[in-house]
Amino acid sequence: MKTVLAIENVHKFFKVGFIPKKKEILKGVSFAVAESEIFGYLGPNGAGKTTTLKCILGLIFPDRGKIEIFGQPHLEPRAKERLGFLPENPYFYDYLTAREFLDFYAQLFRVKKDERKERVASLLNLVGMDRARDLQLRKFSRGMLQRIGLAQALVNEPSLVLLDEPLGGLDPLGRKEIRDIIIRLKAEGKTVFLCSHILQDIEMICDRVAIIVDGKILSQGPLTDLISEKILFTEITLSGLAAKDLAGLGESLSAHGGRTLIKVFHEEKIQEILDLVKNRNAKIHSLIPRTQTLEDLFVEVVKSQ
Amino acid sequence: MTIKVIALNTFKEAVRDRILYLLLFFAALSILVSRILALLTVGDGAKIIKDVGLASISFFGALMAILIGTGLVYKEIEKRTIFTLISKPMRRHEFLLGKFFGLVLTLLVMLALMSVIFLALVFFHTFSVEWKMLLAILYIFIELILITAVAILFSSFSTPILSSLFSLCFYLIGHFSWSLETLIKKIPAGIFKVLAQIVYTILPDLENFNFKTEVVHGLTIPPQVLLYSAAYGFLYTVFILSLAILVFRRRDFI
Ligand SMILES: Nc1ncnc2c1ncn2[C@@H]1O[C@H](COP(=O)(O)OP(=O)(O)O)[C@@H](O)[C@H]1O
Ligand SMILES: [Mg+2]
Repeated sequence: MKTVLAIENVHKFFKVGFIPKKKEILKGVSFAVAESEIFGYLGPNGAGKTTTLKCILGLIFPDRGKIEIFGQPHLEPRAKERLGFLPENPYFYDYLTAREFLDFYAQLFRVKKDERKERVASLLNLVGMDRARDLQLRKFSRGMLQRIGLAQALVNEPSLVLLDEPLGGLDPLGRKEIRDIIIRLKAEGKTVFLCSHILQDIEMICDRVAIIVDGKILSQGPLTDLISEKILFTEITLSGLAAKDLAGLGESLSAHGGRTLIKVFHEEKIQEILDLVKNRNAKIHSLIPRTQTLEDLFVEVVKSQ
Repeated sequence: MTIKVIALNTFKEAVRDRILYLLLFFAALSILVSRILALLTVGDGAKIIKDVGLASISFFGALMAILIGTGLVYKEIEKRTIFTLISKPMRRHEFLLGKFFGLVLTLLVMLALMSVIFLALVFFHTFSVEWKMLLAILYIFIELILITAVAILFSSFSTPILSSLFSLCFYLIGHFSWSLETLIKKIPAGIFKVLAQIVYTILPDLENFNFKTEVVHGLTIPPQVLLYSAAYGFLYTVFILSLAILVFRRRDFI
């Protein structure tokens, strides 16, 4: 597997306060992103995700450590040639229209004029912003900025795309659309590095993740290694059984309109409940086994801190 | 190439700035007022028009350079538009130079507009197009280029208000530093004279670019003086831009 992005022992201090005091924001961060994978860089707010990205992009300079993109020092313009970046809360030139804006960025990559026109049009289409193409960015909503920001990140047909909170500010439908685009990027052989503090939506698309808390990476690896496939518990919704019948079989969560939701931790107990339901002519409405989620792992890791 | 793209975008941004048109309006007003002054005073009316007109062009041009120049880089950092720019394949000095040339282009256009108004007014008074006025305006342009570099230097590490103040100081000191020369002549030889001499050498002397009197009064200017002034402007601008790049290159955008 080819490494596309390698971060080695990166430390970063910020001077904070009126009388500047050094505060360590990144405490020796290391990870490697392989070609054609979706790498999730996850952590709570203020963990240092955006700071790491800024180091990668050369917006700030690490105090220690090494960063390589496509095997080249990260500050080389040649390394940035095949890079796309969507910042957190994107801010852009608000006096430009969507089309002018994308055209400007395409020019920075020396894309030829005819090709630019085509590419801008197809990008606007990709992110669903066709109708807003002649609208000034100042009139864009947060979600629209997010979309145009993503289009901007793809303007050079990059091999590596860095996305900072790509699903922030979007409604559920918008989140799904962006997620689909990310999956499509992977299918095209691009590598995606995405930062997020929201795990829902993310876990089903990431191949590997690193979890950063307070400037340190606490856990990293393929998603399938980090979260076990083991069934944690099973949620059963049923009706026709009294609460006292179910005592000792599981944790009763709620009872509404004759239906009871019960959380069962042992497999034998599931069988017992099913037998009970059959004997008493009661009814099962649903039976859902729950495996560990990224969120569980996340909470576990953050709590153990 | 990158510099050109950024410069053109900067130009686009600058010409959408309302301050520019406000200043242009006042410049035009001030040039036109010279016509009234000329009517009110006895003596050579054409000279007054030329004097006041050139002074207005110089002053309002400098204000444009300072007020727009100090906001350009700062706004990119403040509004975080610089994040996506710097992440593109470019070096930081290309960004800074792009901003610089974009503003220089803006000032060139503004200067041209003011010159047209000015030359038209002179034409209505003397019924001749006085092309030699353009020599004075060319040197005003060279001065504006230097002031732009200074504004960009300050704005690469300071807020617009502070940078405007600093740049204005630079402008004022630059126009009065020549009086130090007379002062130095009066200081007796010794450590103070040397110090004053050093200060005078470092301080900008913007009067080097002032050929208004010569042009208005039709005096001949020796070519070596013109050459010296142009070289002075060029070298000083390169020096200030290098400083700006040096400051800008290692700073964190957080
Ligand atoms: N401009 C700044 N000055 C001082 N500290 C900062 C600055 N920006 C961020 N930080 C601190 O750096 C830490 C990491 O921030 P960030 O990388 O933005 O976190 P994340 O993106 O993971 O939410 C936070 O504790 C934050 O308070
Ligand atoms: Mg962040």
